[in-house]
Amino acid sequence: MQSLSNRAKKLEKKPMNFSERMYLPAIFQGLSITMRHFFKKKATIKYPEETRPMSAVWRGLHVLKRDEKGRERCTACGLCAVACPAEAITMVAGERKRGEENLYREEKYAISYEINMLRCIFCGLCEEACPKAAIFLQNDKVAPARYERDEFIYGKDRLVEPMPIQNL
Amino acid sequence: MELSLLLIKGLIIFAVFGITLLIATYSTYAERKVAAFIQDRVGPNRAGPFGLAQPLADAVKLFFKEEFVPANANKFLFVAGPSLAMLTACMSSAVIPFGGTLLIGGEYIHLQAIEVNIGILYIFGVVALGVYGIMIGGWASNNKFSLLGAIRAASQNISYELAMGMSIIALLLVTGTLSMRDIAAQQGQEIFGVSGMNWNIIYQPVGFLIFIICAFAETNRVPFDLPECETELVGGYHTEYSSMGMGLYLFAEYVNIFVASAVMATLYFGGYNFPFMHQLGLPHNVVTILGTVVLFAKIFFFIFFFMWVRWTLPRFRYDQLMNLGWKILIPLSILNVIITGGAILLKAELF
Repeated sequence: MQSLSNRAKKLEKKPMNFSERMYLPAIFQGLSITMRHFFKKKATIKYPEETRPMSAVWRGLHVLKRDEKGRERCTACGLCAVACPAEAITMVAGERKRGEENLYREEKYAISYEINMLRCIFCGLCEEACPKAAIFLQNDKVAPARYERDEFIYGKDRLVEPMPIQNL
Repeated sequence: MELSLLLIKGLIIFAVFGITLLIATYSTYAERKVAAFIQDRVGPNRAGPFGLAQPLADAVKLFFKEEFVPANANKFLFVAGPSLAMLTACMSSAVIPFGGTLLIGGEYIHLQAIEVNIGILYIFGVVALGVYGIMIGGWASNNKFSLLGAIRAASQNISYELAMGMSIIALLLVTGTLSMRDIAAQQGQEIFGVSGMNWNIIYQPVGFLIFIICAFAETNRVPFDLPECETELVGGYHTEYSSMGMGLYLFAEYVNIFVASAVMATLYFGGYNFPFMHQLGLPHNVVTILGTVVLFAKIFFFIFFFMWVRWTLPRFRYDQLMNLGWKILIPLSILNVIITGGAILLKAELF
């Protein structure tokens, strides 16, 4: 039959010659191949001691930033939640009370702010949507493994950047 | 005199036993490392430096597991199987000379546990008994897969013992003795002006090839590990075993590998002899100790070779295994005996 591509190779099943039937040359060939692999560089990365190099623009765990006076930048506008393609972000907005000016920068702030790390796809669209430069994806942290699903819902306690020490 | 002799013998027996177990323990570690290196991995490296405590961790794990006996198993034989396998594996290293003689206080002490003038026969007898451990354990489990594995082990060992025995007969024609000590000592003679190089591999290359193939089959190693063929028989003869019963079977396999390596090194690769051993002008005891080190280097090479082959070759099919044993190795070994005998006669006629 004519082959369509004209690239088909015609194979002939020849009877094996003496050295092939002895199998020993083939065995030594195999042994030499495995010996070469014995001295090859290992592909393993010894994880806890050694980590894979990360890109400078790696998108890892989120952080909610504070401004230079230690006030939360987030005003709970909800643009990040709208931008999020995975619908991982929810928040509840609240009004700043008198006397809380040193905690929140604007009159409106997020009472609760939750990101579900199981839904999040780490695309970084929340970072791009934020008008107040409040949310960023860090390039040196990843969301660690947990035993329970609800532990993956990160609240403000785990998202907001800790207070700079001089402002305490 | 009598007491001191007894003491020395006891010490040597104790040392040989301890070394056998130690090497078998670390063979499990070496096996995993070799496997990993050949597959471009790093292998166990968590327990201790370079993972050297891994065998201890494995042993502790096995000890703490439940010793499970199936409901319809024969309880006595179920326990007797792995015990017998381990017992016979440990017995065979008794007649292997692990070195020459040490000169202590004007007396020569042989570094060998027991000298019997039928050393090779003793080893063959004990190794042949080893299959009973597998056979009894596999039958007592009351499991189809275990029984199939046990039957495979028995028929495979019988088939390959024939060829192994014939290859040894050709060797005995050359050496003229059955004693392991004499065979090792003979190979220390001078050849072409080099002392300690009169190795039997020079006279019996085909015999060695047959012997090493049969040794792989006798120790149930890849490519002849059909008794525990996990793709067909779940786990083979040790399917029903857990805890130390399983541990003893695995351990016996490594002891067998050590003994097979030691026998190959002693019979064919000069035992404790090394090139120029008597021409360096070293003191007697130093030569002996060096010889022991060299013997262990040879043994380690063969153990490594067992592992190297395991992670290179695929498993035989059962009919291929039987074809190789009966149709190729046995005729080849008989031919080897005939040619060796003819050559010895010819040599006697000519010189």
